[in-house]
Amino acid sequence: MSIKVIRPGLLASIQDLGRYGFQKYGIIVSGAMDSFSLRIANLLVGNQEGEAAIEVTMMGTSLQFEKDSLIAITGGDLSPVIEGKKVPLWKPVLVKKGSILQFTACRSGCRAYMAVFGGYDIPEVMNSRSTYLRGTIGGYEGRALQANDVLLFKKNEQAHDLVNHLKKEWKDKSFHTVDWYVPADQVLNKQEILVIKGAEFERFSSESKTTFFDEEFQITPQSDRMGYRLSGSELQLNEPFELLSEAVAEGTIQVPQDGNPIILLADRQTTGGYPRIAQIATVDLPAIAQLKPGEKIRFKEITLEEAEQLYLMREQNIEAIKTGLLLKQRSL
Amino acid sequence: MTQRTVFNKPYIEMKPLGDSAVIVQFGTEISSIVHNKVKALTIMLAQHSFTGFIECVPAFASVTVFYNPFIVQRTYGSGESKSPFQIVCFMMEKLVKQVVEEKEEKPHIVEIPVCYGGEYGPDLQFVADENQLSKEEVIEIHSGGEYLVYMIGFAPGFPYLGGLSRKIATPRRSTPRLSIPVGSVGIAGNQTGIYPIATPGGWQLIGRTPLKLFQPEKNPPSLLAAGDVVKFVPIMVDEYENYQETT
Repeated sequence: MSIKVIRPGLLASIQDLGRYGFQKYGIIVSGAMDSFSLRIANLLVGNQEGEAAIEVTMMGTSLQFEKDSLIAITGGDLSPVIEGKKVPLWKPVLVKKGSILQFTACRSGCRAYMAVFGGYDIPEVMNSRSTYLRGTIGGYEGRALQANDVLLFKKNEQAHDLVNHLKKEWKDKSFHTVDWYVPADQVLNKQEILVIKGAEFERFSSESKTTFFDEEFQITPQSDRMGYRLSGSELQLNEPFELLSEAVAEGTIQVPQDGNPIILLADRQTTGGYPRIAQIATVDLPAIAQLKPGEKIRFKEITLEEAEQLYLMREQNIEAIKTGLLLKQRSL
Repeated sequence: MTQRTVFNKPYIEMKPLGDSAVIVQFGTEISSIVHNKVKALTIMLAQHSFTGFIECVPAFASVTVFYNPFIVQRTYGSGESKSPFQIVCFMMEKLVKQVVEEKEEKPHIVEIPVCYGGEYGPDLQFVADENQLSKEEVIEIHSGGEYLVYMIGFAPGFPYLGGLSRKIATPRRSTPRLSIPVGSVGIAGNQTGIYPIATPGGWQLIGRTPLKLFQPEKNPPSLLAAGDVVKFVPIMVDEYENYQETT
């Protein structure tokens, strides 16, 4: 079982939930920018939620299936098509051998995730299959996917019930799917991003503190998996001060001397020394990952307790999705 | 020093780094006293971690503890109205208090062979001139010191070292080099460091080590860890070129 990369597109790489446990040695976490979508993609095909998937960025990626394969595509709507026909998102899809899947246009969002039943057969480096692009380790030979790469699938002990079910009604179609899906609109489609005040928030000028929440910021083209640079009103400190370098996290919003905030994302460095004005609530990191350069965002303050409550609710929601998917399979 | 005195008169502040991490801060300056507290908590966390703990990142004056709030809440939250942040803070306070009198472990000393000067250390002459010393004196001073690894950050395996003699402190180059070779040993202000990967940089390069600081195939993937002590050992060009890594 395998797929072949026909065209890599803008950027496609293997990612999972990240490489944890080595930040104290300076090893960045990496992993899916939108971990919610990666987890759901895996659950849809019956995998553990943290299996590796292909993260497709914006457009241009095309892949050929060398065997009949059960897949799921989640995340942004990058208009995936097979033989000119749109492949639905947030559903398990059985794809016929020989089919070519193309991500043709960025309709909404920025990143899509494609999981396959069983998972990709990629060696783990430091407990993770994520690609650390700058460090050239992990994933597929430590790099972004290229034309003619062949990705093998892990061997499956037993066929997925869903595969047998879908094959019954398959006929001659190049792909076939179910009549239900996992809804995710509320998670991903947001332009108002929830944040908690950062450790150095009070060190910013009163004008900057107001501006940060009142005005819009635009995501600049100098944005990638490491971080999003924002433009808007420049944020100033009350007075300059020296901060000792310490750990930063995914979603940390730091402000260098030039006053333009940077949101640290999946490929962030492990430590930093710039003042942190805010920290994005974990539940809104998937929404950030789906925003593109040129788009605008606004920050809304919530308390730590609110962020924690939302986090717990999100996890309960994912548990409920897991249960729902199991019931769906049992009822086949 | 005993570990009890480490936390005797604590300055400890705990603050959230978002909803999934706590920064345990022991001070606001770079000092070996603060560093000992950072080290003690890092060691204790390795021995007494908790359910939902992901990892910790020691820095100059703080240890950041990353956790999964869902697992922490599910494991420790029953019957209490505490939030995951409060639960983790409580556990960290308890951990800090649990420390009983134990002789502090001797630091792990790592000798790093360095070929000083020549093509491997193109700025050695500049550092010497800047400090009105001979090249040999710079080498003697640099290799005579003991350097504490305060933290690893910036790049995989990159150590923030303390302990450079002021006699050889030198400002950064006015124009950074576009690429600094792997293993380069440099000076920037009163810091010294070793480049684990090729990267642009403005440090004054005085030598190069054949040791690999970033070893992705090994566990741990970094030659150095926070709390280690580094000693530089001068080697000749042919020793550098024939260097076989001993593990």
